[in-house]
Amino acid sequence: MNLDELYRETILDHNQSPRNKKELENPTKTVGLLNPTCGDQIRLDLQLEHGKVTDVGFTGHGCSISMASASMLTDAIKGKTVEEALALAGHFKAFLTGTPSPVTLGDLEALQGVSQFPSRVKCATLAHNALEKALNEETR
Amino acid sequence: MIQPLVDVSRDFPILNRRINGHRLVYLDSAATSQKPESVIEAVDAYYHQSNANVFRSVHTLAEESTTQFTEAREKVGRFIGASQAEEVVFTRGTTEGLNMVARGFGDRFVKEGDEIVLSPMEHHSNLIPWQQLARRTGAVLRYIELADDGTISLEAIREAVTPRTRLLALSRISNVLGTINPIPEAADLVHRHGGIVVVDGAQSVPHEPTDVQALGADFLAFSGHKMCGPTGIGALWGKMPLLERMDPIMYGGEMISYVDRETATWAEVPQKFEGGTPNIAGAIGLGAAVDYLTQVGMEAIHRHSLALAELAFATLESIPGVSVYGPAHPHAAALSFNIDGIHPHDVAQVFDSQGVAVRAGHHCAQPLMQWLGVGSTARASFYLYNGEDDIQRLKDAILETKRYFKR
Repeated sequence: MNLDELYRETILDHNQSPRNKKELENPTKTVGLLNPTCGDQIRLDLQLEHGKVTDVGFTGHGCSISMASASMLTDAIKGKTVEEALALAGHFKAFLTGTPSPVTLGDLEALQGVSQFPSRVKCATLAHNALEKALNEETR
Repeated sequence: MIQPLVDVSRDFPILNRRINGHRLVYLDSAATSQKPESVIEAVDAYYHQSNANVFRSVHTLAEESTTQFTEAREKVGRFIGASQAEEVVFTRGTTEGLNMVARGFGDRFVKEGDEIVLSPMEHHSNLIPWQQLARRTGAVLRYIELADDGTISLEAIREAVTPRTRLLALSRISNVLGTINPIPEAADLVHRHGGIVVVDGAQSVPHEPTDVQALGADFLAFSGHKMCGPTGIGALWGKMPLLERMDPIMYGGEMISYVDRETATWAEVPQKFEGGTPNIAGAIGLGAAVDYLTQVGMEAIHRHSLALAELAFATLESIPGVSVYGPAHPHAAALSFNIDGIHPHDVAQVFDSQGVAVRAGHHCAQPLMQWLGVGSTARASFYLYNGEDDIQRLKDAILETKRYFKR
């Protein structure tokens, strides 16, 4: 087992200096999610305008994989439409089980190594599940 | 130099495994212990030679399985100082035993306004059944407050226990902090107020000599798989007069005396609580585990667990950036810690790359995590197959983790 396959530089960097780790002042949507097996928590704030994600922030605590994944995801969805953001979350989750993504995942691709560590997939998808929960409510 | 209490490579071949190029160091026995050859062989021999349902048939195999099952109950009863083997009810584990008491005893005898006394260090299995009982009955939960080092003082118990205390539910040993709780003293007080004492023995029965009479318990629940036995088997011990008054929670085959179209009466204790075909192989395996532990000696195991945990406590405490939780002495076999700035899951991941198996998470004790002010911890736990070498490997793994995450 090669730890560096899991903890790539990009992940360690996002964990050390998370992007968008903030609470929004008047978010359109706020959703909290718990990972009951490890106690990790995330809160995701979304600013939505005309069907677009204009700002996003996350807070919470968790392992380096879950925090880096949240940082990368928030970076990736800023400026995207709600549909694009949802599609991205879906593509990313499929990517973790070995399905290549039809769209570029940017920094999130660094999480590819997680697929070899099944017990950590739930860490990498925590923020994505929170996003889906928030946006599915929005599109319903 | 603290050596393992047993011949590890002979009795526990699984510990000869190499994980990621390193000798496996198994420090997760508080989650489940490894199983000695004698236990695996007992389960194997039962299935190969004697498999049959118990208490139902008269053929030779059925006689053999019934005899072995009954002997297992006797072994478990002797192991914990039961007055009679029939006080031992086989369960799936601690969780089932505690739920049985909450439902079968609690629903019947706990009333609105009664107080149920707990501690914030309880495992969810000794917490949620009582929360639910309180909701059903209108009883009130009261908590014994912990001292700064996670111990429970007699003063704290005296503050929590009142004349309204109907029931105390307390673990003998914490699965997170390694504290050993003063059950006999607490039981004295609760009994003086007419309450009953339910002890979660999941971490203590595997690690210290248990005498339910000296403990002052009215009920004691524990699991087989943490004491060298198979998974899916455990026991609930109760005082016979209480078990006789307690309702069963599982209705069905082999737990009845007489059934007609409208009504049924129950079999005697313990059959009344063991509806359905029991885990026969598991019970026989647990009997073999009791034999194994008795042969090694529970006093020796107790001293060994304390010695390892306290050495690990001192070793980890001396590493900069490492926080250890619970008392320095006495500290039972479970030791929780955190490394500054590194999440316990990342700690456990790097440990695994070094062949060191520990648990990371909230250990099914979220109120205790809230009390500690952390989301989760890493936990190393020790048993009779661990030795001082393993603590050195634990230390090395911590240093490697710090190096990897540049802390």
